[in-house]
Amino acid sequence: MRSGLRPWLVSPAVFVAAGIAVSLLAVFQYSLRAFVPGSLDVGGLTLDNFSGLGKSIYLGAFTNTLLLSVETTVFSLLVAYPLAYALVRVKHRALKSFILVVSITPLFLGEIVRTYSWIAVLGNNGFINGALRKLGLIEWPLQLMFTHFGVLVALVHVTIPVVVLMLATAISHIDRDYEKAAQSLGAGPIRTFVTVTLPLSMPGILASITTAFAWTFSAFATPQMIGGGRVPTVSTLVYQLGFSSMNFPLAASLSVCGLLLTAAALAALGQLTKRLKTVGGH
Amino acid sequence: MKIKSALPLPLRIAGPLLIALLLAFVLLPVVVVTIASFNEKAIIVFPPESYSLKWFERVFSYPDFQEGFKASVVITGWASSLALVIGTCLSIAVKRMEFKGKQTLLAILHSPLVVPHFTLGLGLLILVSQASIQRGYGIVILCHVMLVLPFVMRSVYVSMENLDERLEQAAASLGASPVKVLFTVTIPLLAPGLFGGWLFAAIMSFSEFTASLFVTTQDTQTLPVAMYNYVREFADPTLAALSVVYIAVTAAVLGFANYFLGLGKILNIEDGH
Repeated sequence: MRSGLRPWLVSPAVFVAAGIAVSLLAVFQYSLRAFVPGSLDVGGLTLDNFSGLGKSIYLGAFTNTLLLSVETTVFSLLVAYPLAYALVRVKHRALKSFILVVSITPLFLGEIVRTYSWIAVLGNNGFINGALRKLGLIEWPLQLMFTHFGVLVALVHVTIPVVVLMLATAISHIDRDYEKAAQSLGAGPIRTFVTVTLPLSMPGILASITTAFAWTFSAFATPQMIGGGRVPTVSTLVYQLGFSSMNFPLAASLSVCGLLLTAAALAALGQLTKRLKTVGGH
Repeated sequence: MKIKSALPLPLRIAGPLLIALLLAFVLLPVVVVTIASFNEKAIIVFPPESYSLKWFERVFSYPDFQEGFKASVVITGWASSLALVIGTCLSIAVKRMEFKGKQTLLAILHSPLVVPHFTLGLGLLILVSQASIQRGYGIVILCHVMLVLPFVMRSVYVSMENLDERLEQAAASLGASPVKVLFTVTIPLLAPGLFGGWLFAAIMSFSEFTASLFVTTQDTQTLPVAMYNYVREFADPTLAALSVVYIAVTAAVLGFANYFLGLGKILNIEDGH
């Protein structure tokens, strides 16, 4: 293909990339500017925003967000793996389509619809409390809203579809001959799964961990609506600092720390992936 | 089906049972919100004592939802179409040409997959306020293009992997110019993948919330932002009714896409070998 086409093909994407880069630079720049109370303008350069982040409320939000991200990643993998496995291996066409549509539809509903639906499940007059009361198991409603548990359940639900997709892609690319070989050598189905199928789906598992972690770290509507301010996360604090206190410099420095933390976590995961590959002998 | 028959009986039952339970977990909120939307009372109570369709009427008559829907259609239409054009052009360039900074460009364009949406939203907000740009449709569309572009690129790239380059070479050897090859051979062959990518981008953009919250104003407020504002003000089941409409339309679109295009193919999930 002649290179005369190249600027036409590449420059629109360069424009978008520039938009992303400049937006991120704007956040970095603001994180180093002084907050002028009562004004949207910012003052001179300072490191005060970062030293201010040592307060327990911000540290708490960070540990809470990290904890939620790790828990969500683990639970969504546990739920998504069987679904992805069934999605790929079920032979019945209609059943396959059913599993596919059910597992991925939530991905396309957006955070608001999914989170709101969980409020209807978890609320004091919601589905779970209603059902338990009808069964006579409880007299007073269980507190599920505004709790860590409630936020976690909804976050896992939010993360499942994308993890199912990534795992299904990985499982579908496994060469079935390896499994047949293991079985012809006398391995049972469980042993075949643990020693052949599971290790071969490792690339998908690692990719899912990255995505699940990043998505949970990024989630805003779910901790905001289900946590109701009682389950503070980095995202809810950034929003609160920006739109309630108008302290955009502090919101920006919180975002920068979040970004660095995500980058560190992903880099650690990347190292792990590399090591696994060397162990695997490829 | 050798594998299944070799499993001990309890496991043969446990597998499908587990899948059924997990599917039930995924479906639970959808089912519950559907029941809640027919609740007659102004507060969601389970089980509902009386049923009504009035919340559905309110969905279609509430001005913020009408305005939000219109804004969302405009933003989604532009963002997904622009992302498709930009993503397709770039995928072709990446696959066929070497150019300086290719890896950096791709890394930046893929970064919205891991960079929190609130960070990107905040960045754009700071940017427009510092440059004194008006927060109109342009900014929201740019924001959505950034967020959906990685998904479009993946979809286009997958279908390019399956493209037979010899067809293009044949056209070129018969005297077609590169532009003519692009429009008469490459793009028509990529069409199903392109449509899939566009559809995904459109649905993602329509539902995008966190970044939109930062960059929209009253005039450009998208439907998800209008929904969020509603739930902060009212506790009635209107949002349940709107969620049901949302779910029904999305499921129908995906069902059609699955029937006509095969979602498995678009998503690169086909059991091989």
